Amino acid sequence: MSYWEVEVRWSEPELDPRRAEVLTQIGDLLRSVGGAGDRLRELMISDVYYISGDQLSADVVQKISGALLVDPVAQSLRIVSPSEVRTEPPEPESWIATVVQKPGVMDPIEESFLQGLDDLGVRDVRVRTGARYLLSGDLNDSDRSRIADSVLANPVIQDVFWSGEGPRPEPFRSAAPYVFEKRSVTLDGLSSEELERLSGDLGLSLKLREMEAVRDHFAALGRAPTDVELETLAQTWSEHCCHKTLTSPVHHVSARFPDGNRTENLLKATIVRATQEINAPWCLSVFKDNAGVIAFDDEYGISFKVETHNHPSAIEPYGGAGTGIGGVLRDTLGTGLGAKPIVNTDVFCFGPPDLPASEVPPGALHPLRVLRGVVGGVRDYGNRMGIPTASGAVYFDRRYVGNPIVFCGSVGIIPRDAIDKEVRPGDRIYVVGGRTGRDGIHGATFSSVELTEESETVSSGAVQIGNPITEKKMLDVLLEARRRRLFRCVTDCGAGGLSSAVGEMGEETGARVQLENVPLKYEGLSYWEIWISEAQERIVLAVPPEKAAELEALAQSEEVECTDIGEFTDDRRLVLSFHGSDVCDLSMEFLHGGRPKWVRESLHRSVATEAPDWPRWVGDGDDLGEMLHRLLAAPNIASKEWIIRQYDHEVQGASVLKPIQGVGAGGPGDGVAFLPRLDSHRAIAIGCGMNPCYGDLDPYRMALSAVDEAVRNVVAVGGNPSHTALLDNFCWGNTDRPETLGSLVEAAHGCADAAIAFGTPFVSGKDSLNNEFRVGDETIAIPPTLLLSSVSVVDDARSLVSMDLKMAQSVLVLVGKTYEELGGSHLFQQLAVSDSAQVPDVRLDTAPAVHARVHDAIVAGSVLSCHDLAEGGLAVAIAEMAFAGKVGASIDLRTVEYDGNTVDAAVLFSESNTRYLLEVERSRLPEVRALLGEISHSVIGETQDEPRLRISGLSGEIVVDEGLDGLQSSWRRTLEL
Amino acid sequence: MKKGATDALGSTNCRVLVLRAAGTNCDEETAFAFQSAGAQVERVHVGALLRGERQLDEFSILVIPGGFSYGDDLGAGTVLANQLEARLGAALQEFVASGRLVLGICNGFQVLVRLGLLPGWDDEEKALSLVVNDSGKFEDRWVHLRIDAPHCPFLRASDDAACPDVIRLPVAHKEGRFVVRDAGVVERLRAGGQIAVTYVQPADGPTVRGATASGPESYPANPNGSLEGIAGITNPRGNVLGLMPHPERFLRLLHDPQWTRRRALHGLGDDEATAGDGFRFFDSAVRHVGSVL
Repeated sequence: MSYWEVEVRWSEPELDPRRAEVLTQIGDLLRSVGGAGDRLRELMISDVYYISGDQLSADVVQKISGALLVDPVAQSLRIVSPSEVRTEPPEPESWIATVVQKPGVMDPIEESFLQGLDDLGVRDVRVRTGARYLLSGDLNDSDRSRIADSVLANPVIQDVFWSGEGPRPEPFRSAAPYVFEKRSVTLDGLSSEELERLSGDLGLSLKLREMEAVRDHFAALGRAPTDVELETLAQTWSEHCCHKTLTSPVHHVSARFPDGNRTENLLKATIVRATQEINAPWCLSVFKDNAGVIAFDDEYGISFKVETHNHPSAIEPYGGAGTGIGGVLRDTLGTGLGAKPIVNTDVFCFGPPDLPASEVPPGALHPLRVLRGVVGGVRDYGNRMGIPTASGAVYFDRRYVGNPIVFCGSVGIIPRDAIDKEVRPGDRIYVVGGRTGRDGIHGATFSSVELTEESETVSSGAVQIGNPITEKKMLDVLLEARRRRLFRCVTDCGAGGLSSAVGEMGEETGARVQLENVPLKYEGLSYWEIWISEAQERIVLAVPPEKAAELEALAQSEEVECTDIGEFTDDRRLVLSFHGSDVCDLSMEFLHGGRPKWVRESLHRSVATEAPDWPRWVGDGDDLGEMLHRLLAAPNIASKEWIIRQYDHEVQGASVLKPIQGVGAGGPGDGVAFLPRLDSHRAIAIGCGMNPCYGDLDPYRMALSAVDEAVRNVVAVGGNPSHTALLDNFCWGNTDRPETLGSLVEAAHGCADAAIAFGTPFVSGKDSLNNEFRVGDETIAIPPTLLLSSVSVVDDARSLVSMDLKMAQSVLVLVGKTYEELGGSHLFQQLAVSDSAQVPDVRLDTAPAVHARVHDAIVAGSVLSCHDLAEGGLAVAIAEMAFAGKVGASIDLRTVEYDGNTVDAAVLFSESNTRYLLEVERSRLPEVRALLGEISHSVIGETQDEPRLRISGLSGEIVVDEGLDGLQSSWRRTLEL
Repeated sequence: MKKGATDALGSTNCRVLVLRAAGTNCDEETAFAFQSAGAQVERVHVGALLRGERQLDEFSILVIPGGFSYGDDLGAGTVLANQLEARLGAALQEFVASGRLVLGICNGFQVLVRLGLLPGWDDEEKALSLVVNDSGKFEDRWVHLRIDAPHCPFLRASDDAACPDVIRLPVAHKEGRFVVRDAGVVERLRAGGQIAVTYVQPADGPTVRGATASGPESYPANPNGSLEGIAGITNPRGNVLGLMPHPERFLRLLHDPQWTRRRALHGLGDDEATAGDGFRFFDSAVRHVGSVL
């Protein structure tokens, strides 16, 4: 087909918004394969538009280009007519790559382009878009193909054409059509080995016992399963979709359970039990919907869900993380009749950013590349959706190199009368939002197995491709349809795609779907691909037939696709057809209840703690000021400003406590706060807790610590500990190993014990297992990674406090007792201490009162600033408070209530839990002391005008005397990327 | 019955259209800002205007809020600008010519520039553009701004307080760097009093109303490398204003990153909910409509 080509160039290359990032990515890539990162000398990017149509003339193309394609102030264009022969002799050492969508792949820019052409009255045309890259430098063929495949193009959906080599782009080539053929898979008579191999070959990720159950089920029916039936079972039974490990019977042995402890359902015996025992009246919906919901005020509830998107992010960090946010946002939309997303949270675990390229295992991406890609993905998805991303953390450990962890959270607001939902037989099944493509096939099963060095090449189809604008439009339609009550039930299409969404919604009724009615991004998809595709931005609605027309009209007015694909029935069967042929007929009973369960063995061996050996650990005369600088610069503690500022954390106009607090460059806030309703003073505070280093030594206390930290984060800013809900996210290695499951079980008990003691119920959670990376025979498992997220209701936002010191001559009150607990601490990481010391405990008998009394003092308005003590202990906390407020401080370690060896470093850097440092106006000290009452607290120092931090040691001598600017600069330097 | 702005009786009848399109995402808080200032606000999808279900002249103020209209495909604001020009061009020209007000914030500013409503000259050739920040990054940060536009109804002093010379607002964008076709453009803008909002170096300490500051400044005071620190401009008449910073994100003191410090040092005051520097943009516009119509 003949076409016009319009190429748009920036007058100066650096004006291109993509250029800086592409350059960085190429530099990282070239470094990671060895050699100089600046081998690429020059990069120019231009946009290419292909237009085809009978009515086009040079004048029309010129007009179109002027109105839509070129910014005449900063860009120039080149129009190539169909008859002109393209000759592009590249200069020596330079190459021109043109990236175009593969045949059939839709491109969002194309849709906008067609919209623009329609507005101009230009119709009956076809358009395609592409990007062109001019690369110059000392690049070999393998560099070029790597750059093309990992930076310039996504090989799943795009082709790369090199000028002067191989074929010219054929932008209007069409895809091969799909020829229907119903396929069955014979299981009958297969041996155990054959069944296991089949599960692997088909990418089902089903265990042998599960394959046997499927084989026996169909043997009893007297027929072989179809491919789509097997796929549906594999998706529904995947770890990702049904959490089969955590809901299985477990037999656990540990020091706390020497005679063994048998639970029928681990989650119910721990996390869910805690919520039931606490029985908080403000829990409105827990563990049954896509997110948990707590009461906000008389009219509204707050929903919260945190998901992981680890394996996709390992392979394609940008797309994986972006669709991670996109996915958890749809969990919010799929909660009740749809909650409105108001805040995103993000917590990441990566390998060390400064890891030498030679130490990155084959098949893994360099941690810096993963970090940049993940941050970019979260940024672009969240910002474009218009949802503030404001709360989070980043944790670095070598064991995350091959298997990074990406937690994406979403907080929403929902009217209390829209929390309940139901499906009735006869309701129409609508799919709303984006179209279905081949992206994300086998995502659910892929996320449930370990990564290997080949994952990057073989599993790229499992990464979904996101378009946040499509999701935003869908959100707008959903919330208006909710207001008008045009549907009875909603579930998002996440892992498992339509198979999970429709299968779940129809569990109690039955469903019949005509797969040919599902709108596709391009031709060529088979019926089973349509059914399990994890293409993004889709939700499924159960629509009463009498509301269908109004829903369709609403969607049309907002330019959103909304398609009837079937109906919910009353026969409890899942029936799929494709152009009249039935391809699936499964009983809901077998689909949801047929999965075999077996007892999992779990074992935890306690790590013996060794006696403290301070002289050996610290050495003589170690400079504590220097250590403070090192800790502030440690990646886990250092400023995350580079990440935070790339997120629009203020869109929606509801941010009232920001992630960076204080004056100038500020300091790290403990929590953030938002006004879910702009017309109210009531706020929510959000925080999180995570300490993977403690988990190596004591997973039970790691869990206690994480709960305590999550509660401290919200209490420190003004959250109410008796109106605080928690979420658990377990990311672990392969729990088929009893030792790996053992540490998880210990942590689950820790979660439950702490939650019950604090009265902070769990409302939702998620696990992600098999987070391991295999290279050859060696397997690297991630450390036990437990994320606790917290959300707390604040009655009056005007009582919130930030962590920056406010004024000189106020007093500093340390609340909570300090113990010599340095196991897994950042001090020991700096000192490379390998001894197993005691990790921080949480005294569950006294800790709840500490949180409650600190809250009383904050609500009374007598606290100027408050910071919780966490990574790096007291020293890091006071340093951060001081430089954030540009107010100096002097403290005396002899006044700290402390239990342990008399070592300054222990008091300064112990990470004991349940501690807060308060700044209090001197005149209000008696009031604060009265409010704190019997709980452990002491005045440890005061603030001053002079911008220095001075710390007197246990001997009375000054052991730290540092300028605030220097401390702040140590904190800011590490992650300025 | 069509309700024209001329029916308006005082500020409570000031009708504001907050325009929505695919990818718009600051419409709700912008609507809330005008509501807080006493206006009657409707968020209207551009499709309703294109299909003729709603008319521009039902309203006194048109606002194009922030976001990523049509995903910023083909360039920031391009597709929406083309749509408005191609299909509502005449109505829009008439709206502006009648003296009614137009406000474009962030992506809305980009749309107004692409449309040519800013700078609002009769030239054939485009005079200015907003391109990628010189940092190369999307950034959310608070900036100090000098306001200098006595003729602009969004920026007039209110009855009871002098309009401050320097205010603070957040910016959050990747493409906000103000560039021009040639040097004469800035001279012409300046001569016409069209340079309404300029990034300036912060004065010491937290915002002080009425503080003076000098510009233009370097990063981060000038967050995107805008020529002469230009953050927002008006048309020659002053009834069209576009700016990159977000006034709707600083309505109340609690929006200010420094508010806990202000509380500690000065107290918050009873007017906390409307004492943010951005509130006056909306308040001033609504008062203006009430006074002239």
